[in-house]
Amino acid sequence: MAASARLLFRGAGLKAYTANVNSGAQSSFGTTLLRLSPNCSSQTKTQIKHASHFTYHPDPVPTMYGPTTKMNLFQSVTSALDNTLASDPTAVIFGEDVAFGGVFRCTVGLRDKYGKDRVFNTPLCEQGIVGFGIGAAAAGATAIAEIQFADYIYPAFDQIVNEAAKYRYRSGNLFDCGNLTIRAPWGCVGHGSLYHSQSPEAFFAHCPGIKIVIPRGPVQCKGLLLSCIEDHNPCIFFEPKILYRAAVEQVPTEAYTIPLSQAEVLQEGSDVTLVAWGTQIHVLREVVSMAQEKLGVSCELIDLQTILPWDTETVCKGARSSKGLQLLNSTCLTLSSRSTSPKTRCVLAVLSPLKSFYTSPYSFLFLSILI
Amino acid sequence: CRHEAASVVVSSRSYADFTPEATFDIKKVDLHRLEEGPPLTSTLTREDGLKYYRTMQTIRRMELKADQLYKQKIIRGFCHLYDGQEACAVGIEGGITLSDHLITAYRAHGYTLTRGGTVREIMAELTGRREGIAKGKGGSMHMYTKNFYGGNGIVGAQVPLGAGVALACKYLGTDQLCVSLYGDGAANQGQIFETYNMASLWKLPIIFICENNQYGMGTSVERASASTEYYKRGDFIPGLRVDGMDVLCVREATKFAADHCRSGKGPILMELQTYRYHGHSMSDPGVSYRTREEIQEVRSKSDPISMLKDRMLSNNMASVEELKEIDIEVRKEIEDAAQFATTDPEPPLDDLCSHIYANEKSFEVRGATPWTKLTSHS
Repeated sequence: MAASARLLFRGAGLKAYTANVNSGAQSSFGTTLLRLSPNCSSQTKTQIKHASHFTYHPDPVPTMYGPTTKMNLFQSVTSALDNTLASDPTAVIFGEDVAFGGVFRCTVGLRDKYGKDRVFNTPLCEQGIVGFGIGAAAAGATAIAEIQFADYIYPAFDQIVNEAAKYRYRSGNLFDCGNLTIRAPWGCVGHGSLYHSQSPEAFFAHCPGIKIVIPRGPVQCKGLLLSCIEDHNPCIFFEPKILYRAAVEQVPTEAYTIPLSQAEVLQEGSDVTLVAWGTQIHVLREVVSMAQEKLGVSCELIDLQTILPWDTETVCKGARSSKGLQLLNSTCLTLSSRSTSPKTRCVLAVLSPLKSFYTSPYSFLFLSILI
Repeated sequence: CRHEAASVVVSSRSYADFTPEATFDIKKVDLHRLEEGPPLTSTLTREDGLKYYRTMQTIRRMELKADQLYKQKIIRGFCHLYDGQEACAVGIEGGITLSDHLITAYRAHGYTLTRGGTVREIMAELTGRREGIAKGKGGSMHMYTKNFYGGNGIVGAQVPLGAGVALACKYLGTDQLCVSLYGDGAANQGQIFETYNMASLWKLPIIFICENNQYGMGTSVERASASTEYYKRGDFIPGLRVDGMDVLCVREATKFAADHCRSGKGPILMELQTYRYHGHSMSDPGVSYRTREEIQEVRSKSDPISMLKDRMLSNNMASVEELKEIDIEVRKEIEDAAQFATTDPEPPLDDLCSHIYANEKSFEVRGATPWTKLTSHS
């Protein structure tokens, strides 16, 4: 319930933190906690600029997938793509500027290693890129399309929703484009403003036929991306761009998969369940420890990972065992009661009206004061 | 275009000594589906010459100042600079009037100025302050002024909009037209072709202008387009390929195109061959996909401001001191504007969520934290 959330944050008596407008106060990856005044309003005489940040919390080193090496998020993407191109002769990677390595360096070295017929640039045409990808996938190639920023995915919206998602269904399983994976950098980055910061998963979240996956770090990223590529359904894989360099973990060098549609309980708790994905997980890790320390509130933290189809089991189990459920993410995801099973609906209605907390109807203009 | 050194007379001259106007030969324009093109000569008055010089110099210095402020982190976000392409903005404006309409993509600072914005407003918008031309809410890519529809971030999305504006002109019978600009990268977007079709079908008074600066971000035109003859891409739409580094060339071509539209013949397409000195944006050094020698060569042989300056000096249309005066005035204007842009306060917090809707009663919007509420005003 909203009340439990208020319990989390109100009355904590925290102080405001001021940052100089000109000192480039974007996300700082230090360990200082964000301190806020609960009464901050536009009536204050001086505008206080809050410096927002998150601290990246790396996953523990995985031991079951073989030897590991240090990688950041974009390197884990490169590694996954490398594994794919090596094992699957039909795999091709295409998108704007992928040949030289990509604007976020996710495809560095792949063209040299695998050839220009397997890693190639497309002109500036998102609708064309995805349409082309659907065709290539339908014809049998493992097509991995890159959309340069998730903000640019909209010209391809029709292709994704009307073509890719429905291909199998409308052909009675004769045809499908399950070999298609679309990758796009996602989410706020501090200076991206309107068109380099968007998190559009909500637009696709109501479209049966596609899968949407968002990792929280390099280990998850590689495993989930490889799962998406292997999965026989068209998948959209959003990569939190703010984590491309910031997130560093020990990542297995061999190929491995992390199952889709399985949420991960990162922390057990009994008072309230927090559900999020991507960058927000790291913010919440801090929140969870703050809540425990300052308020004695025990929070359960769940990383949804696959947004569609989402893991109702784990989330409901969490909601049932705790006193309330909060969805916290930098986008607005509506889980309409029509889309959930009767069991879930019942549970959610009784225990907590499911509220989406972080809705931002205005554009990401002053990004450094959001997050 | 080689230039001869102007002979300079040191003693002060009265304005009566200057040539009031001169006619220059300009490059022939390549034509597509047109029998005749713009004239091969252009007459420039002293007054216009000084005006174009001042405007181009202002754009040049403003962009260089923006570069400086960006590196000092006073301008944040994204910044796409226009230096090298000044002749396009100034030449186009010379061929139309302020009551005509114009829309372009994100490399828009030059157009904001030629369309009536002031350097102060533009710089304050770059730094995101309340006196900015979009009240500090738009930034580099979203500057607007009367009959100037921005400033658009998504590549190619502005062209269908331009067709809509042109339709409005035709519908309202105003004899105005719309100039819709896009780049060589955007020329491959599907919506451009959709717009060609609509404009031609309905004979809209639209001038499509492709500013071909040879590179779409880091991709050269040969690697992106099956056909680099952008002036022919409109297929059934007549086209012109123009030297975009010569302000007079651009002006004559624009005048020609404007006449074409205003006479009810429908759309026309112009390709301006131009060059940008900076990279795609401030995040792009601009030298990983082209050589420094190439940039230097364009600077020395085809710089639009130098070209105009040489023409005016060698035809005795202005003196070196006069042009230096203008340079000094421009520099001062930019300095003052930069100073203002650095010190002007940011927009008030209430502005953060205003103008989401129009004519709605005020509603509450969550602020940066769950307990801060802002009120959205229409």
